[in-house]
Amino acid sequence: MCLGVPAKVLELSNEQTAVVDVQGNQVKVSVALTPEVEAGQHVLVHAGFAMEIIAEEEALMTMALLEELMEYGEMPSDEH
Amino acid sequence: MAHGSGGLMSQNLIDQLFKKALNNPYLDPMLDGAVLDLPPGRAVMSTDSFVITPLFFPGGDIGKLAVCGTVNDLVACGAEPLYLSNAFIIEEGFPLEDLQKIVESMAATAARAGVKLVTGDTKVVEKGSADGLFINTSGIGVIPAGIDYRPNRIMPGDEVIVTGHIGDHGLSILAQREGLRFATPAVSDCAPLHLLGRLLQEFGQDVKCMRDPTRGGLATVLNEIAGQANLGIKVVEELIPVSQVVQGACDMLGLDPLYMANEGKMVVFVKQGRGSAVLDVLRKSEEFADAEIIGEVLQQPSGMVLIKTGLGAERILGMLEGEHVPRIC
Amino acid sequence: MSINDKEYTRALLEEIQAVKQDISLMEVCGTHTMAIAKSGIRELVPPNLKLLSGPGCPVCVTAQGDIDAVIAMAGNPAITLLTFGDMMRVPGTTTSLAEERSRGADVRVVYSPLDAVQMAADNPDREMVFLGIGFETTAPTVAVSIEEARRRGLSNYSVLSLHKVVPPALEVIFSDPDIKVDGLICPGHVSAVIGLEPYEILVEHYKKPCVVTGFDTLDILEGIVMLVRQLKRGEAQAEIQYKRVVKREGNLVARAALDRVFKLADARWRGLGTIPGSGLDINSEYSNYDARIKFQVPDFEDKPIKGCACGEVLSGKITPRECLLFGRACTPLQPIGPCMVSHEGACAAYYRYTPLKGRA
Repeated sequence: MCLGVPAKVLELSNEQTAVVDVQGNQVKVSVALTPEVEAGQHVLVHAGFAMEIIAEEEALMTMALLEELMEYGEMPSDEH
Repeated sequence: MAHGSGGLMSQNLIDQLFKKALNNPYLDPMLDGAVLDLPPGRAVMSTDSFVITPLFFPGGDIGKLAVCGTVNDLVACGAEPLYLSNAFIIEEGFPLEDLQKIVESMAATAARAGVKLVTGDTKVVEKGSADGLFINTSGIGVIPAGIDYRPNRIMPGDEVIVTGHIGDHGLSILAQREGLRFATPAVSDCAPLHLLGRLLQEFGQDVKCMRDPTRGGLATVLNEIAGQANLGIKVVEELIPVSQVVQGACDMLGLDPLYMANEGKMVVFVKQGRGSAVLDVLRKSEEFADAEIIGEVLQQPSGMVLIKTGLGAERILGMLEGEHVPRIC
Repeated sequence: MSINDKEYTRALLEEIQAVKQDISLMEVCGTHTMAIAKSGIRELVPPNLKLLSGPGCPVCVTAQGDIDAVIAMAGNPAITLLTFGDMMRVPGTTTSLAEERSRGADVRVVYSPLDAVQMAADNPDREMVFLGIGFETTAPTVAVSIEEARRRGLSNYSVLSLHKVVPPALEVIFSDPDIKVDGLICPGHVSAVIGLEPYEILVEHYKKPCVVTGFDTLDILEGIVMLVRQLKRGEAQAEIQYKRVVKREGNLVARAALDRVFKLADARWRGLGTIPGSGLDINSEYSNYDARIKFQVPDFEDKPIKGCACGEVLSGKITPRECLLFGRACTPLQPIGPCMVSHEGACAAYYRYTPLKGRA
């Protein structure tokens, strides 16, 4: 279950609340469950809450299985 | 508006307000109805009632919506929209200044669409008998020679065009709801499509059918037409124009843009091979710059809509079931 | 999707399509059910690789008796029932919340539990009852709403907690000899809260691989490939595919909120029966906010819906298509069981997003 969307924290309104950007929409969310979050970070939003901070370096690494796949000879060699 | 159940005073105020905003020679105080001149051709008549919360929303208001809704229904029938009637049911105590804004917005939209508001009626009802304001508009238009838009003219191979981004109206209304307020740049697409009708006239009978994807959205209209034409329709998910803003908000709220309402878009079925020519003409106009060919008509599966996903799989695109409400699962 | 993503997707799909063994994988998250159905992944995997749907939709697993209790509550004229949109059309034994609302019950849809608290503050003369449905992802948000209501001194806010926790249900699945599951596609957002440890315990016991997986098409394909590779190597490990969101330890703040406001209790699951320690009841310290106590909600007996096989579907014993009602008497327009009503129910997902050959 549990729909969640990534969002970028625009500003922290107070200790409990942040304004986040969801693909151009500005949404007020509670940061009660992610008190360490800072403006500029990405969070996962569920039911009006920032549930977790999204790790940027991991976000860029969706191709984690690439190396092993290359052994199957399927991938072009010019991948980043 | 003054209190009292539509007493003389308030009725006078309303009459004056309407007369001032909608002034045209057809509104003859001596007659109970409008006497109209119609050009040659088959006449089309269409009616719709408008109930919306909130009455004012980004990109429009109930007055603009009431004109666009009926104008667009006439356009979808292939008609040049000419005349509209308007009937207001107003809840006692409704702010006069809001009514004025709404009537002026109607007048401006009608002028833009080239239609005349030729007859009207207002009723003031007791507080609690209506939610602010309801509007009914009926419209008359005439179909020029050589135009014939009907679902049963659609053939396998015909191309499906949508005239711009979908879902913006639905989202802009949703964002105003109690308990769901968020700031979205999405603005209702509410607009009269008379220009679209004119642009498509040059293609004559190569345009087979049109329908505006209002309530229930694109998916619902495609299903309706597939059913009426007894044909299948296949659309390609990646080709359907949806703005990032609408897609993002829908992802957050568990909604699907394909089921969100539009008030200024049309789904157009054109003869096989004519899609790109129609698209070229449409895209020259700023209003339809985002038009896309999104799919084609198939012999089978009769009465059903298929959608090709980003992964290349095909699945059924069904009708909207129940209310389209935000969800968290 | 970028070109590189497309190439990668294709490569992952080819690896999956090359699988020769008989493998049954189960997802236990309705969002996975939906994503798999919507993207058409199931139609692209070979027939020997089965993708089963487990008890991952919180609406669907809610016991019939609990739904009847909720509906009875909505009938109380003193109460405004606030709910996520998901619950509106779910059928009780005789009616649904949507039907009750059309008959005048005050039922309102909210997106966030904090919106519910705000409504309670805005309507001090009405009893506002929030319907708490969901797993470990949603339950912390409800916990925060209860603490927020206390902080604001609101006495007209309460929660009917039907929340459930996932790991005990997974244990039931793994230990049932009638359910053949080789590996689990584990729920990404539940795991963002609970972390990896519960799966490590399961893997230790049952020697079946568990991979915490995200929700993009690419995530799901990666998750499947990670499971398939483990199975090919004869391994069983708990792994995280969805590393950008899920930490090994989960979200400690959210877990602490759960511990403060809720306590584990036995709970009834549709299809799985009563599972010890699988529900979240409100702690006695917050009993003023417990709608069950405040309004003395009685226990309603589970009355099974005639002919409905939602229970078997939810435990992965049958696929939706194997239910006799599927697509005939039971469709999203005329649903009989919750798995057809809930947007992320397995039956609704199969029905809505199925290629033509799958329709009954």
